[in-house]
Amino acid sequence: MNQVITPEFKLISDWISPGSHVLDLGCGDGTLLTYLKSSRQVRGYGMEIDPQKNIQAVMNGINVIQSNLNSGDLNAYFDPHSFDYVIMTQALQVVSRPDLLLDRMLTVGKEGIITFPNFGHWKMRAQLLFKGRMPETDTLPYHWYDTPNIHLCTFNDFEGLCEEKGIEVMARTVVNTQHQTNLGMRLWPNLLGEVALYKVKKRN
Amino acid sequence: MKNSIGIVTPQTLHIDEPLALVSGAVLPQYDLVYETYGSLNAEASNAILICHALSGDHHVAGFYDGDEKPGWWNDYIGPGKPIDTDEFFVVCSNNLGSCRGSTGPTSLNPETGKAFGSDFPIVTCRDWVHSQNQLRQHLGIDQWAAIAGGSMGGMQVMQWAIDYPDKLRHAVVIAAAPKLSAQNIAFNEVARRAIMTDPEFHEGRFIEAGTTPKGGLALARMLGHLTYLSDDMMGAKFGRELRADKLKYSFDVEFQVESYLRYQGEKFATKQNFDANTYLLMTKALDYFDPAGEFENNLSQAFAHTKAQFLVVSFTSDWRFSPARSREIVRALLDNDLSVSYAEVESEHGHDAFLLPNTHYEGIFRAYMRRLQQEVRPA
Repeated sequence: MNQVITPEFKLISDWISPGSHVLDLGCGDGTLLTYLKSSRQVRGYGMEIDPQKNIQAVMNGINVIQSNLNSGDLNAYFDPHSFDYVIMTQALQVVSRPDLLLDRMLTVGKEGIITFPNFGHWKMRAQLLFKGRMPETDTLPYHWYDTPNIHLCTFNDFEGLCEEKGIEVMARTVVNTQHQTNLGMRLWPNLLGEVALYKVKKRN
Repeated sequence: MKNSIGIVTPQTLHIDEPLALVSGAVLPQYDLVYETYGSLNAEASNAILICHALSGDHHVAGFYDGDEKPGWWNDYIGPGKPIDTDEFFVVCSNNLGSCRGSTGPTSLNPETGKAFGSDFPIVTCRDWVHSQNQLRQHLGIDQWAAIAGGSMGGMQVMQWAIDYPDKLRHAVVIAAAPKLSAQNIAFNEVARRAIMTDPEFHEGRFIEAGTTPKGGLALARMLGHLTYLSDDMMGAKFGRELRADKLKYSFDVEFQVESYLRYQGEKFATKQNFDANTYLLMTKALDYFDPAGEFENNLSQAFAHTKAQFLVVSFTSDWRFSPARSREIVRALLDNDLSVSYAEVESEHGHDAFLLPNTHYEGIFRAYMRRLQQEVRPA
């Protein structure tokens, strides 16, 4: 799993200033933070709900706070603007209220970096249109009844939410599952892009 | 005896340097009884101090010769265990004011030639930490690799990190709280009243009177014990199970839970021969613990000079020192940008969970100690 998403971590690393203070939400075993510690000399914390992943993160030398992202913990633990970046990779779609979490992220962090799968990709659309069934793909390999992804959205949906909330999209990278991009994805991201990385902040 | 350190023997350190206590009283000299396991490396960089809880003592792990019951944290300390005695030199001393060997109310007061009894001064977590610091110097340890403790032990760990920031690298704070709540103090007060109103208490001079306030101490322990268990666990263990096959409509022991609690109280006061004055002193030390008190009730300020890295652990069903209390500690550490990891362990065992086997708890504890091992002994 980690090997598969490493290209995503490289893209994230490119967006991070050296020596910054970082919070990783849903940090898993701490692979991203470990990578950012060596590539960008960041310091910071991870938050993760799963006990087993917490153990692995501690083993990997990460400072990890066991926490449920659906609770208000984030704001209870940290003052506003405690971090340069709050990162959340592939977790937006599993939380109970992505909109509220986005608010919390951009309260404790100056900027947010978010990655999630695009439900507007043509393969999804095609499966729903031609088969009339909920899509199952490489990026979203679950059945409709056992998926942890309870709040899937398209890139357009996400950008719509940002607009509504006064959140500025500072940068966006749209890629396929191999984390490569091409002309098509640049022209029609919401149709051809599979995964997006967003860098966002609150408009003043 | 698998993974056990085997037979252990306590040692005694006599200290002649007077200890000025927080209360203003002075202990001109005192004994600290302690145990050590494993061996101190040449750099003295692998020493871990364990701090014990209210009714605990220095016998943390291993067995006394001829004894079948191991030390109180034997599940977590020993060869191959989270605190691995093949890697670390583990030290635990009995707190001053205890009745298990260090100077306390049952010791002879050299000034009077009689047992201290109620004359033994009130001691606090800070006093204990100062006395443990004497032991550190005696053992030739410049800096503890870690200090670890659960419950009141966790409070001493925090006190160490605040009072001697350069003398420890890691702090492991388990099932603790940054201070007692009104409810916590209230429980302690009921326990103390149970002891002090026992006719055999003799204003604390019961040893001279040739008796012990067993009834009051047993009651205090029953109450304390209740706060260590969770409602769910008691429900699962006892439910409304009866001792006889039907209700008797009397005030005799009818429910199993009544019988269990009475047994626990009785055992504590008689078989374990715990000292009533010690129980009073320990509960007071808990009540007084409040490091934020000196900093306008700002816990973050209390940790402002702390340098240690922390592991904080709480247990979901612990209502004595609930996870919310541990989160207060975590928040204060985070405010200081300190290195901290926090685990909220799912357990049905209430406050007692910190002493019991649990996969998550053991996993996180072991993982954290592995990190220390790598620091002590670079690969």
